[in-house]
Amino acid sequence: MYRSVTNRRSFIKKMAMLSAMTAAASMFPGIVFASEQEKNIPEDANLDWKKGPCRFCGVGCGILVGTENGKAVAVKGDPQSSVNKGLLCVKGYHQIMCIQSKDRLTHALVKRNGRYVKTPLSEALDIVADKMKSTIDTHGKDAVAMYTSGQSTIPEGYVASKFMKGAIGTNNLDCNARLCMASAVAGFLTTFGADEPMGCYEDIDHADYFVTWGNNMAEMHPVLFSRMLEQKGTRGAKIIDFATRTTRSSTASDKSILFEPQTDLAVANAICYEIIKNNWVNTSFVEKHCNFSKGITNMGYGLEDNYTFADKPEPIDFEAYKEFLKDYSPEKVSKYSKVSVKDIKYLAAIYGDPNKKVVSYWCMGMNQHTRGTWINNLVYNIHLLTGKISQPGNGPFSLTGQPSACGTAREVGTFTHKLPKGVVTNEKNRRLAAKIWKVPYERIPSKPTYHATEMFRAVDRGDIKFIWTQATNPLVSLPKTSRYRPGMQKDSCFVVVSDVFPTPTSDVADVILPAAWHIEKSGLYGNSERRTQHWDKMVEAPGEATEDAWMFIEVARRMGYGDLFPYSKENHVEEIYNEYRQFHEGPKHGMAPLEVLKKESGVIWPYVKGKSTQWRFNSTYDPACSNGEDFHFYGKPDGKAVIWQRPFEEAPEKPDQEYPFWLNTGRVVEHWHTGSMTRRIPVLHQAMPHAYVEFHPEDAKSYGIRNGDQVKVSSKRGSCVLPASINERGLPTKGQVFVPFFDENMLINDVTLDAFCPISKEPDYKKCAVKVEKV
Amino acid sequence: MPIKSYLAHAITGKKTELMHALKSMEQCEVVPAENQDVLALVTDTANEQEDELLKEKIEAIESLKLLSLVSGFNAPQK
Ligand code: SF4
Repeated sequence: MYRSVTNRRSFIKKMAMLSAMTAAASMFPGIVFASEQEKNIPEDANLDWKKGPCRFCGVGCGILVGTENGKAVAVKGDPQSSVNKGLLCVKGYHQIMCIQSKDRLTHALVKRNGRYVKTPLSEALDIVADKMKSTIDTHGKDAVAMYTSGQSTIPEGYVASKFMKGAIGTNNLDCNARLCMASAVAGFLTTFGADEPMGCYEDIDHADYFVTWGNNMAEMHPVLFSRMLEQKGTRGAKIIDFATRTTRSSTASDKSILFEPQTDLAVANAICYEIIKNNWVNTSFVEKHCNFSKGITNMGYGLEDNYTFADKPEPIDFEAYKEFLKDYSPEKVSKYSKVSVKDIKYLAAIYGDPNKKVVSYWCMGMNQHTRGTWINNLVYNIHLLTGKISQPGNGPFSLTGQPSACGTAREVGTFTHKLPKGVVTNEKNRRLAAKIWKVPYERIPSKPTYHATEMFRAVDRGDIKFIWTQATNPLVSLPKTSRYRPGMQKDSCFVVVSDVFPTPTSDVADVILPAAWHIEKSGLYGNSERRTQHWDKMVEAPGEATEDAWMFIEVARRMGYGDLFPYSKENHVEEIYNEYRQFHEGPKHGMAPLEVLKKESGVIWPYVKGKSTQWRFNSTYDPACSNGEDFHFYGKPDGKAVIWQRPFEEAPEKPDQEYPFWLNTGRVVEHWHTGSMTRRIPVLHQAMPHAYVEFHPEDAKSYGIRNGDQVKVSSKRGSCVLPASINERGLPTKGQVFVPFFDENMLINDVTLDAFCPISKEPDYKKCAVKVEKV
Repeated sequence: MPIKSYLAHAITGKKTELMHALKSMEQCEVVPAENQDVLALVTDTANEQEDELLKEKIEAIESLKLLSLVSGFNAPQK
């Protein structure tokens, strides 16, 4: 793990000052500290500035990286990028510092007799290819698996999909976006039949209200939050924070409303109840553009291995929906949601006011939820009932966590059920993939296999005998790592890990492959607002560190699939992107040509006739609308969106006498996910050196716990010891504790539950029951 | 040996006063924003006790509206 380069206090102080100034920059857009932030750049420096996207979150800020003599020496915000207009957050400013970390993986390591031995990359790739091939020969193609990332580039995701599904012929490909975005995808597909938000970040400049649903944007999407604060200051736009914990976002908002975990389902229904009761329904919009449906309830929680579920949608009418909502009057819901009747009515009135434009934002709070698809559907219901959708300043907007959760995981489709266009269960989609990939159509299996949680269960059971992970750290990020770590350590599975730094996941690998970091290769990412961003390689990777895409290609060639991967080392990014673009041709998803992406600081798809489509499904902006109406939800065969009847159901595990607290987990502004990169950046590590467990002050008092006391947090699955934090970064509600998951030395996911949404298969990291003891 | 950084928000129009008050404290380093009533503040103290005392002193400054901790997480590293 990271060791400080120097212990000099002056260095630490300088870092602390920088950290304060960058924090200020995310709270006060355009704040100037006498150019302190650029002080590090020598005045006579002759830097070559190259554009690219930030590596550290789904906002997708444009960065300019200053290079000198082949080294990256500075980062600044790209003023040309409409995402951030030159602003960056604390992670963004310091991102390049990690690549100089001393423990960088620069050469392949192969485990021999229990020790890692430095091995030439080509030899390590021979071993990987041989092992993959012999596993398939002995145990069948479904005995090998690949687990990739929302941080993989578009070409990397594309080659992974082509390799696994087109060349080998297995759907054993899933990615870590299953852990963060799958419920958003399932929500979009069930309601609209088309993935990804209809609006764009420009909505911020038009909305009167921002309602954030369980979303601490000040820390997780800081640059967008600063854009919202700017609108609050200049236009009087209002921010309403609806959450289970008081955070930096809550304190900067106009109003903070707290709810009991899991009851967001009920409150969303109560808002719809009020909208109907007060005649705030946009009747002509609903009649023209919406259907009503219900699905199976009491679906379970996926806690058992090999759990399967398929929803059975049934059409209903508006009257039946209205009848269903009778259980969700504000008075009834208030009793168990702990949201006052007044506040429920207040929220409903915001959405119901025809003269106010409203954007709803959410991310992990709604997605990491055992009813994640449902809560996504329910927020769409609110916008559909009021017709506040697909217009500047009006719309539901699901934000992503990773820089290319949209571009790679969702659009390329590195999920078991997905193809670059459509899904494996659809014959037409399989035929298109087979044609572009030039493989026999029969080779692409029509049934999905393992989603993330089930993939690691299969490793533990011994069903998967070879797994290759890239740009991800599942042994810190999976739920219930107390099961999956010993599972990965078993001799029954050969583990290959490609990464930039050693992690707890690479600690269990049989082969470790050294990966190039994002600015050390060319690539493309796709952010939350459907913006595709290209960058050129800026610096050389150290040692034998290589692009993941190229390592896949090398292994595929060694396994005899060379004819399917005819790309050149120098131009493979361009060649792969041009092949991939064919999947999305047409006005519904057309991607910009590479020449355009090279020039622009990102381009939003659908890109039609040289123009981005900023608001999909609205005929004023979207050339794909073809029904002659003002709106066209063309993702569905009849062009109508679906208002879903979805009830409130309890969480699978709730606090009880033995385990009296809710455990909520999440992130902090300083660290990117499992911290493998940001903990190697001195300023970020100093700012947030380790994880902690947050308490409500009254709970802390009743347990005699003070700030900094070591506390053991335990569930039925495992435990974790962390220092207590009271009234510092965030404030959980009484009866709840919060722990960030970035710290590999305090593995809170040993404690979490691997229950997931039966439709999206995304785990719930926000709710399980724990006890606490001072140690 | 805590080193902490804060954003010190001044009462409107009192940024200069706040800056002088903070600069007069030996353990404080301050960089004022040019276009907002906010200062970036770093404190450097010998131990937790001194740190708490200093924080109390800072919080008593009249021109200070709000002191928010940015880095230097309060728990001791064990
Ligand atoms: S908000 Fe996200 S994309 Fe923007 S600079 Fe920060 S980490 Fe990077």
